[in-house]
Amino acid sequence: MKRQKGVVDENIFDVLTEEIVFTILDFLDPNPLDKKSFSLACKAFYGIESRHRKALKPLRSEHLITVLKRYPHLEHLDLSLCPRITDNSLTIISVLCKSTLRSIDLSQSRFFSHVGLWNLATNCSGLVEIDLSNATELRDAGAAAIAEAKNLERLWLARCKLITDMGIGCIAVGCKKLRSISLKWCLGVGDLGVGLIAVKCKQIRHLDLSYLPITNKCLPCILQLQYLEDLILVGCFSIDDDSLVALKHGCKSLKKLDMSSCQNVSHVGLSSLTSDARSLQQLALAYGSPVTHALADSLQDLSMLQSIKLDGCAVTYAGLKGIGNSCALLREVSLSKCLGVTDEGLSSLVMKHRDLRKLDVTCCRKITQVSIAYITNSCPALTSLKMESCTLVPSEAFVLIGQRCLCLEELDLTDNEIDDEGLKSISRCFKLTSLKLGICLNITDEGLGHVGMCCSKLIELDLYRCVGITDSGILAIAHGCPGLEMINVAYCKDITDSSLISLSKCPRLNTFESRGCPSITSLGLAAIAVGCKQLAKLDIKKCHNINDAGMIPLAHFSQNLRQINLSYSSVTDVGLLSLASISCLQSMTILHLKGLTASGLAAALLACGGLTKVKLQASFKSLLPQPLFEHLEARGCMFQWRDKVFQAELDPICWKLQLEDRI
Amino acid sequence: MDLKDRLSVDTWTQSSSSGNELPKDQQSFTNFSLQQQQHQHKWEDPSVLDYSVRIEPAFQEFNQTSATSSSLPCNPNSQIKNLNREDCQMNEMLEPNRIQDWDPRVMLSNLSFLEQKIHQLQDLVHLIVGRRSQVLGRTNELVAQQQQLVTADLTSIIVQLITTAGTLLPSVKNTLSTASPSVGQLGQLGGVLFPSGTGMNGGGVAQSSGGSKVSDQSNQIDLTGACVIEQNNATEEHELKDEDDADEGENLPPGSYEILQLEKEEILAPHTHFCMICGKGFKRDANLRMHMRGHGDEYKTPAALAKPNKESSSEPVLIKRYSCPFAGCKRNKDHKKFQPLKTILCVKNHYKRTHCDKSYTCSRCNTKKFSVIADLKTHEKHCGKDKWLCSCGTTFSRKDKLFGHIALFQGHTPAIPLDETKGSVGPSDRGEGNGAANKVGSVGFNFSSNASSGSGVQDMMMDVKRGADEPTGFFSPLTFDPCSLVGFHEFPRPPFEDSESSFSFLVPGSCSYTRKTGGESSSNDLE
Repeated sequence: MKRQKGVVDENIFDVLTEEIVFTILDFLDPNPLDKKSFSLACKAFYGIESRHRKALKPLRSEHLITVLKRYPHLEHLDLSLCPRITDNSLTIISVLCKSTLRSIDLSQSRFFSHVGLWNLATNCSGLVEIDLSNATELRDAGAAAIAEAKNLERLWLARCKLITDMGIGCIAVGCKKLRSISLKWCLGVGDLGVGLIAVKCKQIRHLDLSYLPITNKCLPCILQLQYLEDLILVGCFSIDDDSLVALKHGCKSLKKLDMSSCQNVSHVGLSSLTSDARSLQQLALAYGSPVTHALADSLQDLSMLQSIKLDGCAVTYAGLKGIGNSCALLREVSLSKCLGVTDEGLSSLVMKHRDLRKLDVTCCRKITQVSIAYITNSCPALTSLKMESCTLVPSEAFVLIGQRCLCLEELDLTDNEIDDEGLKSISRCFKLTSLKLGICLNITDEGLGHVGMCCSKLIELDLYRCVGITDSGILAIAHGCPGLEMINVAYCKDITDSSLISLSKCPRLNTFESRGCPSITSLGLAAIAVGCKQLAKLDIKKCHNINDAGMIPLAHFSQNLRQINLSYSSVTDVGLLSLASISCLQSMTILHLKGLTASGLAAALLACGGLTKVKLQASFKSLLPQPLFEHLEARGCMFQWRDKVFQAELDPICWKLQLEDRI
Repeated sequence: MDLKDRLSVDTWTQSSSSGNELPKDQQSFTNFSLQQQQHQHKWEDPSVLDYSVRIEPAFQEFNQTSATSSSLPCNPNSQIKNLNREDCQMNEMLEPNRIQDWDPRVMLSNLSFLEQKIHQLQDLVHLIVGRRSQVLGRTNELVAQQQQLVTADLTSIIVQLITTAGTLLPSVKNTLSTASPSVGQLGQLGGVLFPSGTGMNGGGVAQSSGGSKVSDQSNQIDLTGACVIEQNNATEEHELKDEDDADEGENLPPGSYEILQLEKEEILAPHTHFCMICGKGFKRDANLRMHMRGHGDEYKTPAALAKPNKESSSEPVLIKRYSCPFAGCKRNKDHKKFQPLKTILCVKNHYKRTHCDKSYTCSRCNTKKFSVIADLKTHEKHCGKDKWLCSCGTTFSRKDKLFGHIALFQGHTPAIPLDETKGSVGPSDRGEGNGAANKVGSVGFNFSSNASSGSGVQDMMMDVKRGADEPTGFFSPLTFDPCSLVGFHEFPRPPFEDSESSFSFLVPGSCSYTRKTGGESSSNDLE
């Protein structure tokens, strides 16, 4: 990437055709800043970049006209970062983009109505994808407007609670080409609307009907959809065994079925629903009926089944054993928070599935070293193992993981007994990208040093409340893992500025959380701000030694910062106001800032134009004039008022003990 | 009263003569006495039946006597077959009178009517004599028919005479219980007196199924006739409305039941009582009972005649199912996947709904049309309350019905009501347009359906225009007095309950309503 930027010779690039330059630009996709640099190089590059760009995610709607004029070939428009999208904005988009626009994301936008949608749908005839999730104010008229988008293939309407069957009916009739629709939480939509979708939109592949008040009445139509691959029926409480048994035929094309939280559906209904679904690959039955032998038997015919999710179900030994015997090709098993998962059950399952890639046994508190031995022995190809809070697993067991499962990419050991020996062993899993070691009180810098030395692909590291970790451990990570993007050192009380200075060498770092690290000062933060240009999320809650001096470099260098938590820090009006220069900043949490005054807060809030969410001390509500809040809310900013009392920090060991008391 | 009488008689004559093309019958129709025989003869002119049926209540309203007299049988029509039935019907007609206190005026009226009848018979015989001299080539059949006709008339006169005399007897004056044996008595009397009449019974049926010239004639008229007939038995149809749909699940093996197929004239006749053996329909149960006698001696006992025949027939009979006479219909016995209809009533409703014109238009919305009046009445109960609207302008009282409609038709889409789109700016929003039309009221819906296409705004403008263009149409329906119309005019709607309500719905629905009525009144003129 640097190559092109470095050698900017007009003549050379004149020789290249635009297509070739476009191809080069295609390779710049991972980092948006690279393209920006490219376009700023010269006028010609600026023009090429303008013509090349297909996708845009603007921050503010104010500049839509200029931005859209600059990019004439825009196909994908993501407005989820714009706090305020009005009918006017949508009209501008519809006039400027015309039929080139193919997808638009309005999932986080408010302030628009059916009028804008209608303009959009009629003018942008090429639209194939619209995300309208969270449009909680949108009514049937809005749905009728969407129905004008005749070429629409993918539509998200999650949480559009005011849309009823009538609106869905309009969409069903208007958008004949629909392939994917999500109606999650559209509580006004019932059997009739869903049934009509199934009758009119024969191309449907993906259908999300989670939490809809639908019954068995619409199921026959749905199951007749010829191409349906993905059916999500999470939390459809009105569907029960009796109605499922009455179904005459299942759906042959179904590949993914999610019936989580359907408490009235047992293996009887399930087997009826999946009777014809020979190609079913993924099945989710989380928080449903108990996993028994009968349920396992009903899976017997599903020869293609690769993934099964049974989170939160009561599990029996016979059930797990049955699943082990019934399914031949399982790649993914999730037993998170399942009650009744024992060493016998789990081992009988994993022994049969040597090809298992992902296993989630989060909070299976009964399993011991025996299970880990079986898992590591049977499943050498495991890429993901999540075993948070498996408290009976002793420290020796973790050594086995590092010895046998060398393909691991994702490992969640939060709240476990792992020690440095275990970490040393795990460091052999050189493919690790995500390692979660939160609340592992037994690990120290020594173990982390091994990880830092060997796991160079690490992207995410969670060291929440790892009190044994100090600067040297972090230094090892920062040196060994240059690709690190997320790190959490919250409540590692011994972390100081030198850790932050070493982390500032990780250029991709975008999420940094250092809650409750009292030794961190503005100096360390400044180093992060300068070094980590990608920083988007910053949590420095309870870092008492961070003050305005830390904010000023942050405001200057971290132009990608979206989210910041400054609670309990020593930042004052000045620091807060300086953050206004970060145009991306959308979310702020500012509780218990001693130095913050009402007028300073008001000035900062007014200055930060892009804010969408602010968490504030409830006392400010009365200190500031109501019209100010009204103005800010009209700009698209939501306020969350908190009235928490000031909390003193507990000793980590005490905290853990307190936690165990509660369990 | 006289005026009323004459008016109805006149119109009757007028319309019936237009319907009837046989010159031979011309004169006989001027006598207002056809109605006794109508139900027994499917080849008879149904339009005439309707008129007589309709006159009945009107007469009773004004004068009992005239009602009786008008319905007395003195029919010169040569095609009357079943005297027994006739008698029975007559008895029934007279029963109300008997229940009441004896009135010399009624007696007088009866006597004068008898006199009239005798005169008419005289005229008829004269006519026959005259004809016979003209047309010598006629077959014996005609002669026999004429003879029969005269016999029938004489019979009815005698029976009438006896009945009139019977009103003087104290035993039959007061209670129904005493009256019922007398029915049997009289029936027997008829049988004794005219044994030939009973014998004719089967022959009449055979002839009707054979399809004579006369039946062709009835074919022409039965469409108009059908429209009015239904008003008479709307109430019972209403109760049993869905029966012909209800037997979908029935799976009788073929051959386990007997298939009966009625002719469409029979189906469209205003019958409510049906013979369990042959399926023939009757307007009155007494007539049915009389008819049953023809099926065998077991039905001739006084008990069988007095009670509904259901109780008397205890022995297992072959299940009867019915076939629709419409060729190609799934309910027709020749259809590959023939599904029989359970009862005669099912046949009637099925035939009307499926194979007849929808001639009843809702007077409120002027959009919905029905062929069964009970359906119209059901609709009218909910009309205006329909809030589920389709883009085609059709309204539904139930959401699932709307969605069924949309699922069935291509391009139809739910229309979002006005309040959803309130405060919006886009003038071209279709949902809004429909909403705007909605505001106009039920009329708006109708016209958006009439208008071939275009946005709601256009629809609304059209509404206004039409409303303004037709001031005459606006008032024209009011020029007919509904009460007097009922008797002779083929008015497709039930009589208005009160003038106020009729006005209130005439006004909003004036436009399309007028077209409808206009067409009808013109057809009336033609007659």
